[in-house]
Amino acid sequence: MHEQDTEGVKIGLEVHCQLTSLATKLFCSSPSDYRGKPPNTNICPVCIGTPGSLPVLNRKAVTHAAMIALALNFKIPERMLFFRKNYFYPDMAKNFQITQYDRAGGVPFATDGHITLDSGKRIRIGRMQLEEDPAKLSYDGTIESSTQTFVDYNRAGITLVEIVTDPDFESPREAREFLNKLSSILEHLSVSDLNLEGSVRCDANISMAGGRRVEVKNISSFKEVERALNFEITRQRSLTSKGIKVMQETRHWDEIRRITISLRLKEEEQDYRYFPEADLVPVTLTKQFVQDVKKGMPEMPEERAKRFQKDYHLSGETAQILVREKALADFFEEAAKHSKDARQLGSWLAVDLQAYLNEYGKSLEELKLTPKHFAEMANMVSSGEVSRGAAKTAFVEMLKTGRMPRSISEEKGLKVISDTGFVESLIDKIFSENPQAVQDALKDPKAVNFLLGQIMRATKGRVDPAVANRLVRERLAAAKGSK
Amino acid sequence: MAKQRILELPVWEAADKIRGQEITSEEYVAATLKRIREVEPDVHAYITLIEEPALTQAQAIDKKIRRGGDLGRLAGLPVAIKDNICVRGFTTTCASKMLENFVTPYDATVVERILGEDGVIIGKTNLDEFAMGTSTEYSYFGPTKNPWDTSKVPGGSSGGSAAAVSALEAAFALGSDTGGSVRSPASFCCIVGLKPTYGAVSRYGLVSYANSLEQIGPFARDVRSCALLTSVIAGYDARDSTSSDKFPADLVLKRSLPKLTIGVPREFFEEGVQEGVSKTVRDAISRLEKAGVKLSFEEISLPMLKYALPAYYIIAMSEASSNLARYDGIRYGYRVPDRTLDWGTVFSKDRGVGFGAEVRRRIMLGTYALSAGYFDQYYLKAQKIRTLLRREFDGAFKRFDLLLAPSMPILPFGLGEKMEDPLQLYMCDIETVPANLTGIPSLSVPCGVSEGLPVGMQLMAPPFREDLLFQAGRLVEDLLPVDRSAGEFTHA
Ligand SMILES: [Zn+2]
Repeated sequence: MHEQDTEGVKIGLEVHCQLTSLATKLFCSSPSDYRGKPPNTNICPVCIGTPGSLPVLNRKAVTHAAMIALALNFKIPERMLFFRKNYFYPDMAKNFQITQYDRAGGVPFATDGHITLDSGKRIRIGRMQLEEDPAKLSYDGTIESSTQTFVDYNRAGITLVEIVTDPDFESPREAREFLNKLSSILEHLSVSDLNLEGSVRCDANISMAGGRRVEVKNISSFKEVERALNFEITRQRSLTSKGIKVMQETRHWDEIRRITISLRLKEEEQDYRYFPEADLVPVTLTKQFVQDVKKGMPEMPEERAKRFQKDYHLSGETAQILVREKALADFFEEAAKHSKDARQLGSWLAVDLQAYLNEYGKSLEELKLTPKHFAEMANMVSSGEVSRGAAKTAFVEMLKTGRMPRSISEEKGLKVISDTGFVESLIDKIFSENPQAVQDALKDPKAVNFLLGQIMRATKGRVDPAVANRLVRERLAAAKGSK
Repeated sequence: MAKQRILELPVWEAADKIRGQEITSEEYVAATLKRIREVEPDVHAYITLIEEPALTQAQAIDKKIRRGGDLGRLAGLPVAIKDNICVRGFTTTCASKMLENFVTPYDATVVERILGEDGVIIGKTNLDEFAMGTSTEYSYFGPTKNPWDTSKVPGGSSGGSAAAVSALEAAFALGSDTGGSVRSPASFCCIVGLKPTYGAVSRYGLVSYANSLEQIGPFARDVRSCALLTSVIAGYDARDSTSSDKFPADLVLKRSLPKLTIGVPREFFEEGVQEGVSKTVRDAISRLEKAGVKLSFEEISLPMLKYALPAYYIIAMSEASSNLARYDGIRYGYRVPDRTLDWGTVFSKDRGVGFGAEVRRRIMLGTYALSAGYFDQYYLKAQKIRTLLRREFDGAFKRFDLLLAPSMPILPFGLGEKMEDPLQLYMCDIETVPANLTGIPSLSVPCGVSEGLPVGMQLMAPPFREDLLFQAGRLVEDLLPVDRSAGEFTHA
């Protein structure tokens, strides 16, 4: 992705995330796992708004939301209550959504949170709300050409948290970092599996110096967000450079064409007629409740990174990379159990592995490797069995084939050569082939490196550098003496 | 015992006789069905009759009694259910074209409890469309008539249930009371009706009109039977988050009544209250005083009462506008035949045709009250009044055990008389809405007759003190008996 000029850019994000680890929906006992089921089979009278049915709050959802709120440094108001957001659209069986509201006597689930970026910059998160997911609409082909709309209520009523940041991002890169941290936090809390299709959705608003605010809707994964933002900034900048004013509008991110498309200009202020949901009684979230939730919280990525630095002697940077994904951090810790050199291990996972994954667009999961693969890799290098340079060959082979690194090393003969007899005969050969270099080395100690390089080249880096160094210097000293 | 005469027994007594095998449930149910066939052409209390299943159920209950099995508290007696309460397998029309064909897939909690106590569901009764009205004239299926005098309305919105009980077409019935919809028809039809404490009875399975105000409530011809049905339907239900566990599990009506002090807010006898009504209720009070029973009365003033009616209508209509939004012809409700239109047009057409005029009026007004720019001025202000009113009632209950008022400000009026004047109809709720706004329980008991028409007395108690209402209600009933034989269809 191209770096671009982001001066004067202001970005805010609105993230909707399903709490997928709940067993049931937010207000009924229909299962939370709706994926892959035939349409309209994962429903009950409550989530399809059957006349006479009433919502009942899933208390587990409150606990999960409170965990998220605490992890994101939010304040949790004592009184939790729900509001109705009224609008006519077929994705809501009741034609209103049960959500939360920050005006008219309402309070969000949590307020004034933040995430701190690695640079130390704080991204403020104004509020977080608990609400129900609407049904899924689908069409015959495109929205425009379809003569029918299909409504599937399997998803209706799934627990969503809505996380709304202040417009604190000054570049798409910051937005990406924020989302990386957010997703790692959600993973560490085990409240949401972000890999599930549709489990997370993002809207972004972007404005640039002198332009109006543009809203980009329907970004269906965190990975797409940076892409959409970059496109939008380029688009706005090219308008401005042509002297065209950026209008206030709502745009849609087309994932396939990777462009934003205008949905509507200057959204007419829709009146949702928010008012309290009297079917759900206000819930008091006591200090004790919050304390208990806090006590039950698992380790968060930031704490984990600090522990990695302390316990495994990793650099801050390596630790941060490892905790960016819970799966990677878990993998590291598992591998560390089998490894004598966690630093070495950390660098393979945080640097070499990441480079490979980025290059091939793969995930660690897809590689089907065990922590033992990486532990063995690290152990081979740290024990001096294989040089780091030669190990790289085994590493790539391991990622591609899934074989254990030691067997690769043995097959390819990557093992470090410390057999002095072999090295001495090699030195004989190289000294006789490069008399001028030997002469140079005798005068200038720095020129020794050329001879060492020849030895490494001849053995593809397999000779133990310390052994080679010692023997070459001994030989040169002997030559000097015999003169 | 003559078949029709058994219907005139106090229901709690009929329950004892069924339990004692003096009469059978089948006999009682069959007699009720016969009665229904006789009087329905004149009264029109029912929308749907559940004849065969009711008889089958009665036979099963009789069999159980003969085998010596445990008999439930409702002892095979027929119960009528207002047609905005769900009974599995039958339509719940809410007396609307919108839900004419809506078959409910589940039983309301109250229905489950009635069946669990061997009550027999005998039919679904008429109401004002979606319970919006005070006369049962706003029904898509035509009005119900007052069994006492069929030229009059039965009150509403639960007019069908009240008429059915009054005309001996059911032993008991359930209604719903959002702003007086149980007490109004109880009063007009000369029977007993209770609006329980908000949260005492589960609303699961009641089609919402104004969910922060309404409760399902029982009708019976005497207080003791009313208390019996109340004790069956009340109690905590996990499916309704607003339901409470504070209602006493065993509602015991003590024989010896403690001395009760009763406050009589003068505002309930002022503006818009017919002379005949206030005089009848005041006479009743002085007769109770003279009877030397342990009741003492004191006139008081509750100034917030004058704001109750507008506050009630703003809240009720606001909630209605949202609760009724789901009837758009897509999942529920009437569909216009042309489906090629866009969403907005489809919704408007379906709702324009499916809802009656009064429902549309309340939805429009409620939508307006919730709209940006008006919300603070209407909805929020109404909620503030509600809070103040609640505080005023709390204060009054520190001094008094009960409060007393007429149930209705006017006598039963002629069919069609007020149809064209919604404001006049809204004014009819002036006595009843305070109990809904404050959530307190309120009982309507017949207390006399004026111009040949029944007058009801309304007793109000602190939350979850239904026991006090029933005890005082029984005194009223004993000391001021109303002769039911004066009515047209109110006796066998
Ligand atoms: Zn459900």
